[in-house]
Amino acid sequence: MKRVKGDEDACSSSSEGPTESCKKVRKLQPSKEKHQEEEEETDVDLCEFGFDWALLPQEILLNIFQFLPLLDRAYASQVCRGWNQAFHMPELWRCFEFELNQPASSYLKATHPDLIKQIIKRHSNHLQYVSFKVDSSTESAEAACDILSQLVNCSLKTLGLISTARPSFMELPKSHFISALTVVFVNSKSLSSLKIDDTPVDDPSLKVLVANNSDTLRMLKMSSCPHVSPAGILCVADQCHGLRELALNYHLLSDELLLALSSEKHVHLEHLRIDVVSENPGQHFHTIRKSSWDAMLRHSPKFNLVMYFFLYEDEFGPFFREEVPITHLYFGRSVSKDVLGRVGLHCPRLVELVVCANGLRPLDEELIRIAKRCTQLSAIGLGECEVSCSAFVEFVKMCGRRLSQLSIMEEVLIPDHKYNLDEIHWEVSKHLGRVWFPDMMPTW
Amino acid sequence: MTKNSIHWFRKGLRLHDNPALLEAVRDSDTVRCVYFLDPWFAGSSNLGVNRWRFLLQCLEDLDASLRKLNSRLFVIRGQPANIFPRLFKDWNTSQLTFECDSEPFGKERDAAIKKLATEAGVEVISRISHTLYDLDKIIELNGGHPPLTFKHFQTLVGSMPPPDAPVGALSRASMGRCVTPVSDNHRDKYGVPLLEELGFDTEGLAPAVWPGGESEALTRIERQLGPDLSTAWQVNFESTRKTASPLLPSPLGLSPYLRFGCLSCRLFYSKLAELYKKVKTNGSPPISLYDKLLWREFFYTAATNNPRFDKMDGNPICIRIPWDRNAEALAKWAEAKTGFPWIDAIMTQLRQEGWIHHLARHAVACFLTRGDLWISWEEGMKVFEELLLDADWSVNAGSWLCHSCSSFFQQFFHCYCPVGFGRKIDPEGDFVRHYLPVLKDMPDKYIYDPWNAPIEVQRAAKCVVGVDYPKPMVNHAEASRLNIERMRQMYQQLSRYRGLSLLAAVPTSPIEDLNAVASPSTGRKQSGLNSHHGRSRVNVNGEEQLGLSGVRPRPGPTCTQSCGMAHAEQAGSSNQQLCRTRCAHEFAVPHYPGHLARGGTGKRGRESEQEQEVGSDFPAPAFKVQRHHQHVSQGSGVNICVYILFSKVDVMYLG
Repeated sequence: MKRVKGDEDACSSSSEGPTESCKKVRKLQPSKEKHQEEEEETDVDLCEFGFDWALLPQEILLNIFQFLPLLDRAYASQVCRGWNQAFHMPELWRCFEFELNQPASSYLKATHPDLIKQIIKRHSNHLQYVSFKVDSSTESAEAACDILSQLVNCSLKTLGLISTARPSFMELPKSHFISALTVVFVNSKSLSSLKIDDTPVDDPSLKVLVANNSDTLRMLKMSSCPHVSPAGILCVADQCHGLRELALNYHLLSDELLLALSSEKHVHLEHLRIDVVSENPGQHFHTIRKSSWDAMLRHSPKFNLVMYFFLYEDEFGPFFREEVPITHLYFGRSVSKDVLGRVGLHCPRLVELVVCANGLRPLDEELIRIAKRCTQLSAIGLGECEVSCSAFVEFVKMCGRRLSQLSIMEEVLIPDHKYNLDEIHWEVSKHLGRVWFPDMMPTW
Repeated sequence: MTKNSIHWFRKGLRLHDNPALLEAVRDSDTVRCVYFLDPWFAGSSNLGVNRWRFLLQCLEDLDASLRKLNSRLFVIRGQPANIFPRLFKDWNTSQLTFECDSEPFGKERDAAIKKLATEAGVEVISRISHTLYDLDKIIELNGGHPPLTFKHFQTLVGSMPPPDAPVGALSRASMGRCVTPVSDNHRDKYGVPLLEELGFDTEGLAPAVWPGGESEALTRIERQLGPDLSTAWQVNFESTRKTASPLLPSPLGLSPYLRFGCLSCRLFYSKLAELYKKVKTNGSPPISLYDKLLWREFFYTAATNNPRFDKMDGNPICIRIPWDRNAEALAKWAEAKTGFPWIDAIMTQLRQEGWIHHLARHAVACFLTRGDLWISWEEGMKVFEELLLDADWSVNAGSWLCHSCSSFFQQFFHCYCPVGFGRKIDPEGDFVRHYLPVLKDMPDKYIYDPWNAPIEVQRAAKCVVGVDYPKPMVNHAEASRLNIERMRQMYQQLSRYRGLSLLAAVPTSPIEDLNAVASPSTGRKQSGLNSHHGRSRVNVNGEEQLGLSGVRPRPGPTCTQSCGMAHAEQAGSSNQQLCRTRCAHEFAVPHYPGHLARGGTGKRGRESEQEQEVGSDFPAPAFKVQRHHQHVSQGSGVNICVYILFSKVDVMYLG
């Protein structure tokens, strides 16, 4: 490619025979060094087979361009007219990620405003998979909304609004955000995936979404959207029967929602992610009836229930009192021994458990109970916890090789009469059937 | 012919175990020990007063020890490159000796001086003694790349012969006939400067908690590893859990002394081995015994050939995380005004005394970066560089890379809680009260979260939150929720893992990961978690693409195959893979959407493009390129390319 670039005439003038243009290349670049000479040789060989880069069929070019990052495509497009046309093929503009950052608030570069203009002007009707990565400044969120509101003639399949630092969409005037978002909802009519975590989306805008995209919507991620009410999400579940993935905060979760998702008309749910966050200390959390979970499980026996808890220890009262079909469980803050004991009793489908911290007492019995009862558990992570070495070995022995992820901070393991820290990695490796070490942080 | 030597001190500020210094006096007639100090640089450098004081104390001590051998230290004002040529001439120098510096900038500087010396006919001798091992050998043993996980590093080092034993200290005997010519005005010309002379205001400066110097270092190691074996054992090998005291500066602490080379790491190593053999008579000590020393070695090895080790941009081993720029929040952290007593106490200790415990480092580093504030580790590193006595370029940057989960394949799931972590280490909060007297009357129950204390309690403790002590600057629950999600997205993208598991998103090692990417059908992820749910995580049949992490349009068979190829191709760029976070994000976007449709629309699209005229309505940034290409192709497409070039050219690593 470099060689061809050296002589643009050779490329653009297709009247000239390929061999001739190659000779010209040779004449223009008299080679002195030996390796250069070799390169020239290759050129000639290729040309003798009637090869000319400019004559590559568009389909092949497209195929190649698809593997190149935007910047490389831009470079390549300057080689010749044919490549320049290939650069603009709609297939290459289906997917675009707008990066909106301000120098004052981000270390990353932003998508150039002129490029954005060009895309809106020339390629907006080709866009199908669009995401916006926005830094913590309100200006960036605003810029994203401005682009959104110009996407009138496109039909998006996926849309993602991603805050890469602080949730800046939340700082926008709600009406401004809503009107931009509904432009896409109204015009697209075939949205299948929507990721709008940490945004001021509200019930009426979800109604617009449902009214226009109910047949196609398969995924909706809207964790921490404080303006949505349980009724608003229920409307989505009632109408969008193809919904397979849903992510939301616990305050939107209701028995009615689970029943709606497990109605006969509804496809099987695949993933449900719930974030349980305490907004103020001592907050009271409602409970979900076991019968609702049972209905959900009957309807979608394979669905994954992912729950992230960010609660104080004393807020866990309503949780894990009855059986819950949780598969992936994450405790982002301290969780008591008592709650972990309940997890062992009531989470038979548990696949992954992550505990960032617990109180001061070792978790020996709790872990062993979890190993005994959660027969599908295959991943566990422990941060600021304590487990005696022998209990941990026992736990690993019970779970055996199904533990494909075992991430334990070294400080978690307390040496006891049976094992010290040097011995434990052998012992655990033996039961896992592979080499295992605890995770370490630098002691420096 | 007389042989005149110069020994150049940089780090390695000691007379014991200093092989290069011994070379300087061997068979020499004269030796002069020099240290370069640029007073102008001192005032404008970003090192804090504690670090300068420590350095000057080291130099004083060195001078005092040299005096006992009838020699002196020559502190020379200025830059080595400017002054060495004159010294070589004035002192009729035949040999220059110094300790090897493994850090990239040190190597560069030393190469330049070496060139100057050779030009002046001066022989240069350098010896490795700041690290236990010859780092190049470790890298060679690992196939030319520095190991990127500590465990791997331990294994490598464990397979190498043990480090050389320390050599004897410089003594009258080893000096032999070698003398140091000292002039009468030595003090004026070459004396160790005072802090005031460097432009520091020393009024109200508390006495040093960490006095600098080799003598102090040797006293400490004697005390730590001396006759009382039980203390020594406890300090070195027992876990520090649940005692408040390790947080406080210990008279046994050694890390600043290792940093400045007042203490030889090889001496420390050999003392540890000795102690181990005394207490446990059976067997040779396990390599993990030396963990503290090895972490230091690990970071030196990782940094030695990477001049951008302390940066995110352009650093091949650092993940690009979209950190927030927020000067205000950074200042609150650095000035101990976060409103979290645990964090503020640590930052106060750091500023006042220059040393904090390694668990305390984890706590404040996590809080600044991936835990709560989402501020770049580079900013934290700079603050540590100013304040932390033992902050070495490699070790400091390396630790921050670790704490912020930017490298070395750390588990990111675990964020230290700015309330719970401190409470766990020191339940009564004595540490907090020591450094934050304003909280001294706060009951134990609220010492780590005073904002939760009822207002009567706050008043009784004479510390009302929001008046006497700041309110917490973030809601930790909310911040950690956002941040863990962000880290998960970053790591998923990196490992190309698409399942639900948080733990599986972390690649276990760089090589393995890249191989997995290169050959998707044999990748390690395949047998993982999600197979329990009937979904393979690898891009084998296209079916798996429906994950919580994203519904991707179902591609036809050709697409699946080509996706695999695409991965292979990208993996070819090896380390640079890490920097490339630009490829399609985990959410719902096909990597190569063009495969999805062929035919009709494509052609129509192209035609409509040709109709469109993109003319001269472009403002002026990109002109050189634009002009250059205008004659190449008059087609409408040039401009858009030019703009892409301009918006992307400075984030380009691969070209």
